[in-house]
Amino acid sequence: MVTVIHPNLDQTDAKMNASDVSVFYGDKMAIDNVSIEIPTKYVTAFIGPSGCGKSTFLRTLNRMNDTIPTARVEGTITLDGDDIYRSKMDVVQLRARVGMVFQKPNPFPKSIYDNIAYGPKIHGIAQGKEELDNIVEVSLKRAGLWEEVKDRLTDSGTALSGGQQQRLCIARAIAVDPEVILMDEPCSALDPIATAKIEELIAELSGRYAIVIVTHSMQQAARVSERTAFFHLGKMVEYGRTSDIFTNPVEQRTQDYITGRYG
Amino acid sequence: MSPAILLLLAVGLGLAGWLAARARAWAFRRESSDGRLASLPTYHAWYVALWVVLPLAAFITLWSFASPYLVTQSVLATPAAAELPAFGIQRESILREAQSVASGSASAVFNPQSEAFVEPFRDALARYNLIGLLATLVIGFAGGAWAFLRLRPDFSARTRVEKIVMSLLLIASLVAILTTFGIVASLIFETIRFFGMVNPIDFLFGAHWAPDPMANPDNPDPTRYGAIPLFWGTIYIGAIIAMIVAIPLGLMSAIYLTQYADPKVRSWLKPALEILAGVPTVVYGYFAALTVAPFVRDLALSMGISNASSESALAAGLVMGVMIIPFVSSMADDSIAAVPQSMRDGSLAMGATTSETIKRVLVPAALPGIVAGIMLAISRAIGETMIVVMAASTAANLSANPLEAMTTATVQIVKLLTGEGSFDHPATLSAFAIGFVLFLVTLGLNFIALRVVKRFREAYE
Ligand SMILES: Nc1ncnc2c1ncn2[C@@H]1O[C@H](COP(=O)(O)OP(=O)(O)OP(=O)(O)O)[C@@H](O)[C@H]1O
Ligand SMILES: [Mg+2]
Repeated sequence: MVTVIHPNLDQTDAKMNASDVSVFYGDKMAIDNVSIEIPTKYVTAFIGPSGCGKSTFLRTLNRMNDTIPTARVEGTITLDGDDIYRSKMDVVQLRARVGMVFQKPNPFPKSIYDNIAYGPKIHGIAQGKEELDNIVEVSLKRAGLWEEVKDRLTDSGTALSGGQQQRLCIARAIAVDPEVILMDEPCSALDPIATAKIEELIAELSGRYAIVIVTHSMQQAARVSERTAFFHLGKMVEYGRTSDIFTNPVEQRTQDYITGRYG
Repeated sequence: MSPAILLLLAVGLGLAGWLAARARAWAFRRESSDGRLASLPTYHAWYVALWVVLPLAAFITLWSFASPYLVTQSVLATPAAAELPAFGIQRESILREAQSVASGSASAVFNPQSEAFVEPFRDALARYNLIGLLATLVIGFAGGAWAFLRLRPDFSARTRVEKIVMSLLLIASLVAILTTFGIVASLIFETIRFFGMVNPIDFLFGAHWAPDPMANPDNPDPTRYGAIPLFWGTIYIGAIIAMIVAIPLGLMSAIYLTQYADPKVRSWLKPALEILAGVPTVVYGYFAALTVAPFVRDLALSMGISNASSESALAAGLVMGVMIIPFVSSMADDSIAAVPQSMRDGSLAMGATTSETIKRVLVPAALPGIVAGIMLAISRAIGETMIVVMAASTAANLSANPLEAMTTATVQIVKLLTGEGSFDHPATLSAFAIGFVLFLVTLGLNFIALRVVKRFREAYE
């Protein structure tokens, strides 16, 4: 069975390119031969029923699967044409270029300032305190959190509300100036108002970064993304412009899923 | 009659009550129209049996303390007692000997004076044995009868049995707590006696420790009771040298085990490390005294330090440090493992390496737990006795040179209490004062540590 790729995709540069990617946990196959282009400066949504491998595939894009001892990745994934699984690839550099935001907000138990400064310090991005201050401010502003926290940068990041924590995590990812941001269900632990803020933020960021977002909410996928990929049982079933996928799905399974007839 | 026999009798009566009550409950069941009781027959049986056995157990406990006293009193009331020396060890031994002969545990008297008391003892023993036996029977039957007469088809024996069992469990848990209180109370009592003889200021702030158990007990020399060298030795060996060994090694092994070791290695390395905690401290003591101390001395000599002694604070502290590695590492291990995986993922996803993640995220996040573990380890180390007894020294010495012999609080306690001094001599009593200070310190450390750990747990749950 081959993936249905909708024909009228407008031509953009591919930021990342996955071809024939399969992922195994031990002997168990979790991703089966997926090929996809992640366009520059667009939001791409991954949708699909629980357990279909969305997170697994997302994590191959910044090699976070390396942290799971049993996980094994086959196929090639490129970032700007460079194979990220080649042996000489510097994973530290890769993750600076491909940032990640998790399902549950996971600020470090440090001050708000130190949370943002974490990445720049590790990667030696800032020269001196002033530049670091500047990075912190810009990142928080881009994440729409500056106004809320500018007077209490020394408070612990874990003392913020859930929605603020998630924006802090986005700001933390932005602070190292990545090219791609991966988000795994970034709103699933948040209330509707906080969710709306994050969606707004994604829309603002999409001009600047390539964003890949995993979501269980059809409305969210429809609202924030330009491209949508539907996954099922480890395979990518259908991929195309979001408007096409939602109005004109080719596969029966896609249609069933987006109309809610599917788990 | 010995308490053991009375107890056996109590159990026998209880069994009889149990059987009788069960039979009665079965009879209720047969007579009742629907064949149902409020409680099962076994609960009726247990209800009666408990009412027989528990009062008896209380009585027998009391009796086993009271009856020897009563026997002696009645012997002393006989005319022969007028001949006895008024006081002291002689009088005691004469009476004791007569009693052993009377009760049959010795065959003949050695002291002629005892002869006169054998008969009175025999009489008194016989009399009180009979009283004990009768009282046991009466109490057993009374308790059993009272409970038995309350049995009815609708009697809720089950809830009552549950209540009795619950109070038994409560008492069991109180025993441990009360014992602790008892220990503390006796410590305080003896400590106050000591401070009546030696001023606490001299004790706590004096820098010369050389109690003389042979000196005149009525007029102790306070300048010989300065405990600073002891507490310094304790802290130097237990909290400084031992920690210099235990903190880095414990922490690093915890980091290795939680972050780097693959599950197979971890599955045998972690238990192996915990075996260290199970080695009896005496064995560590041998090791310190026979292997490490001579090694330390030879090393010092070879480096040209001529006055190195074979008993050194360094040897004791090193071995003690090894001994408490498991305490530090298992607490650190637990608290690092308790830092949510999402922290680690978050840091790795920022491009941090594993070691950066450990240094900047995991250890800071786990710090409260690690600190608590260290405090527990310190309190354990300063209470430790065997290693220092065997490897350090008994000479109190206020020095910062780790190669010198030093002593610790626990060693002095052992020395003073096993020494020649009489029990109410200030030198002996000072052991209680040392113990009391030690107790306060370890209590404080444990208290703080538990508070810190609790706070830490709350933060992640
Ligand atoms: N660490 C792991 N070890 C073994 N199997 C795993 C691991 N992580 C995921 N899997 C398996 O891989 C498959 C895909 O999981 P994945 O988490 O990618 O699904 P998902 O689409 O993200 O689901 P959800 O929407 O519930 O998050 C599942 O069958 C899952 O059980
Ligand atoms: Mg997932």
